[in-house]
Amino acid sequence: MSNDETYNYEVVRQFAVMTVVWGVVGMLVGVLIAAQLIWPELNFGVPWLSYGRLRPLHTNAVIFAFGGSALFATSYYIVQRTCHARLFSDGLAAFTFWGWQAIIVLAAVTLPLGYTSGKEYAELEWPVDLLIAVVWVSYAIVFFGTLYKRRIEHIYVANWFFGAFIITVALLHIVNSAAVPVSFWKSYSAYAGAQDAMIQWWYGHNAVGFFLTAGFLGMMYYFIPKQAGRPVYSYRLSVVHFWALIFTYMWAGPHHLHYTALPDWAQSIGMLFSLILLAPSWGGMINGMMTLSGSWHKLRDDPILKFLVVSLSFYGMSTFEGPMMSIKTVNALSHYTDWTIGHVHSGALGWVGLVSMGSLYYLVPRLFGRNEMYSMRLINVHFWVATVGIVLYIAAMWIAGVMQGLMWRAVSPDGTLTYTFVEGVKATYPFYAIRLLGGVLYFAGMLIMAWNVAKTIAASQPADAHIPAPAHA
Amino acid sequence: MDIDLIRTLVTVLALASFLGIVWWAYAPSRKARFERDANLVFDDAEASSSTVRGERK
Repeated sequence: MSNDETYNYEVVRQFAVMTVVWGVVGMLVGVLIAAQLIWPELNFGVPWLSYGRLRPLHTNAVIFAFGGSALFATSYYIVQRTCHARLFSDGLAAFTFWGWQAIIVLAAVTLPLGYTSGKEYAELEWPVDLLIAVVWVSYAIVFFGTLYKRRIEHIYVANWFFGAFIITVALLHIVNSAAVPVSFWKSYSAYAGAQDAMIQWWYGHNAVGFFLTAGFLGMMYYFIPKQAGRPVYSYRLSVVHFWALIFTYMWAGPHHLHYTALPDWAQSIGMLFSLILLAPSWGGMINGMMTLSGSWHKLRDDPILKFLVVSLSFYGMSTFEGPMMSIKTVNALSHYTDWTIGHVHSGALGWVGLVSMGSLYYLVPRLFGRNEMYSMRLINVHFWVATVGIVLYIAAMWIAGVMQGLMWRAVSPDGTLTYTFVEGVKATYPFYAIRLLGGVLYFAGMLIMAWNVAKTIAASQPADAHIPAPAHA
Repeated sequence: MDIDLIRTLVTVLALASFLGIVWWAYAPSRKARFERDANLVFDDAEASSSTVRGERK
């Protein structure tokens, strides 16, 4: 039979499996650096294992390797199934897989060696940046090419989110990575001073908004209705909150630069748009949650639905916390403290992580011609281990962060600072230990998933679904 | 044209187009089509008709 009768599940399978592999790797590095904050000797005196080099490796691995592979897998799956069309080009799709994996390996080699452009979430040096641009443009061609050859008239909302994510990340990456190379592994940013900082955080916050939000909302809008067996609560709300997100996210970046050399008016605009963002963010959360209304009982015995719905609660929590932290007076307390780390992880572990895991638990059996995962019980175990891990992690970081902020600003009656910096570090130790425990639990959950996925795959064969005949077209 | 006038116009146009989208989405005449669109995800045969790879028919 010809390829035109089946969906291209090959590339989806590849990305799905690598999501699990990179999840394990990225979270293991996270656990290691969390332990290094308690026991600095854990770098074993090896420069490659020093905290400053492993931290960007951790962030790149979990965001771009784990999260990125999950986005590729789900977007390729969803765009095919909602368009009733095979991917635009099998060859180019395969290229995005191998290209993306090559980028990840290059990151895993260059970052520990100390090659970095020093830009948060954009540390990779210019040769890797060029490769990213080529792979990303290929991704856009495959995705939009598939939309172009669709056999369903309407473009389902999940694809709108994936499309916005792909276009915006291309724009962000190319503008922020503009640099002047001085050697093969060293370059300087094309921008200078406050402009450089502003472009970096325009990139940084939109990486959160489009890479870590829009793309994962695309997953949410497909897998929650599918798993719950009900259509989205309000399709009109999905249209409106999509455009509201697009219109506002672009302007929120300056809240990363409160009380810096950035002009005051720019900081205030960043704060204002961050506050406005609460509305479209909660629009998405409410839409996902309400999809379950009338079938809440399904949550009791469907662990996959638990992953998806609890991810939305964390999304709601962190998109409330974010605007609050962007208020200048709150930021004066929270900035540079571990509160920020707690906030990022409530979004990353709670929202991005859980929604990806839930989506994969839906996806993997279908990619291998099975009805469900090897063990549904282990999915439930994974859910609880991960959730307890997240709660320990973020609660520890909240307390540590507020404590640090209060200690740093405390002033004695004679006008001197009450605490030295190192006293703040010392007071943070117990919370670093709780955070490590939370991280270990979350990592353990990922290992359970890897086992479950391996057993599922071992007992089955890759299966490609047929494209429905265009009877209703 | 003055740069600030352009900035003002762009802001006003962006807001107007957003309000236009809200009106478009919530117009009663489009209620039925959006309900149809929301059900699009269920409009596909499930993996029951999947083919084990390598097994050519």
